[in-house]
Amino acid sequence: MNSSALASELPSEYVDHKRHLWLFSLLVPCIALIGPLMYLFVSPKLLWLWLPTLFSYLVIPVLDAIIGEDRSNPPEDAVPGLEADPYYRYVTFALVPILWVSFLVSVVFIGTQDLPWHGVLAVIIAAGGTLGYGLNLGHEMGHKKTTLERWLAKVTLALGFYGHFFVEHNRGHHRDVATPADPASSRMGESIYRFVFREMPGAFFRAWDLEAERLDRCGKSVWSLQNEIIQPALISIVLYGVLVAFLGLEMIPVLLLIAFWGAFQLTQANYIEHYGLLRKQQPNGRYERCQPYHSWNSNHLFSNWALFHLQRHSDHHAHPTRRYQSLRDFPDLPRLPNGYFGMYLIAYFPSLWFKIMDKRLLEAVNRDPSRINFEPAKRERLMRQYGLEEVAKVTDDAGVAA
Amino acid sequence: MSAYLCPECGYVYEETLGDAHMGFAPGTPWAELPADFVCPDCAISYKEDFSRRNDAAA
Repeated sequence: MNSSALASELPSEYVDHKRHLWLFSLLVPCIALIGPLMYLFVSPKLLWLWLPTLFSYLVIPVLDAIIGEDRSNPPEDAVPGLEADPYYRYVTFALVPILWVSFLVSVVFIGTQDLPWHGVLAVIIAAGGTLGYGLNLGHEMGHKKTTLERWLAKVTLALGFYGHFFVEHNRGHHRDVATPADPASSRMGESIYRFVFREMPGAFFRAWDLEAERLDRCGKSVWSLQNEIIQPALISIVLYGVLVAFLGLEMIPVLLLIAFWGAFQLTQANYIEHYGLLRKQQPNGRYERCQPYHSWNSNHLFSNWALFHLQRHSDHHAHPTRRYQSLRDFPDLPRLPNGYFGMYLIAYFPSLWFKIMDKRLLEAVNRDPSRINFEPAKRERLMRQYGLEEVAKVTDDAGVAA
Repeated sequence: MSAYLCPECGYVYEETLGDAHMGFAPGTPWAELPADFVCPDCAISYKEDFSRRNDAAA
């Protein structure tokens, strides 16, 4: 292994052009603050409160369309240096207090201002968006091996009462991704409204089962403080408890709605990341290793800044512990026509989503139904609709090898 | 006792140390890990993907 030698020699040759641009990752999640701050310090107009939502659903997709894609990759031999550079880590650390402050400002704003229901709704949606960025940050840090980063992940996920994601994602989703067993991989013909009923409870119970199994091996009760679902949940209970104690019982539905909308940001990401893609089951029952063609990607520059390269999703699944700054794009990957934010909007209209994505899915899998994760009840209809035929086993195997 | 290396992320299972977090006591041999064991850090590598790294004098 000479990677440490490489790390000390090569960074001088390679300059990461996106190095300082990663600070955008700190700015975009601040967007939820804009509404309450404008309302309090400029003028008490309710329209201000919708600015963050407008930014996420209209401005970001337009910026993605205008600024476009970024195909640049760090050369492989620069990766050890990039991974070792603490600057990138500090950017993620800095986002933790920003998200906490942003969330607290939103909640206290609702709790202390006299707003009509649609004003409250606007802030709930914006604060849920903040939690979405928190899930993205918790995702990035939860994959890392240092104790500090793992704890920061739990502290961040606790904001949205979604600490189980830490267990569920790393040990569940990454193991089962793009198989029918994964509640966090969407199926062809499945709308996001159906998916959410499978994804949210499925993710929680998979996490709980994984922790129960681990703690049983450790000789501890599943209700012990070692349970990594209970740890962040306790932070959430204290946080939400304090907020309700100070701001009143009427904040309970508000907090629940914010937490739901935050969790739904993750649901949306899960929905679009592996839509319809299927790993093949091998004769020994194992699924083939997760390959780059088992994830949808978006290389749009702006939304990748906002999301720490989450959209370079194929490389993330191929190398889950790799840090955001080193994730790469590859040619010929399943590709989304816009960044995640634009795709979320499309997913709200299932018929539009199917129209845009089913065609791309068929292209990505070479019209081979054995590589499609179908919604079981819709399989026959979709096969008929798109004129798909089961491929005979022999040609099937040859097709995959080719 | 031996050590086993995850080819993807570099996680090492050392039989002498076990893995306290995952509930494998020190001295638990590789062969006794469950058949559905996957790498605790990256969850990509199945048990058979690991490579034996070294043999200490037993």
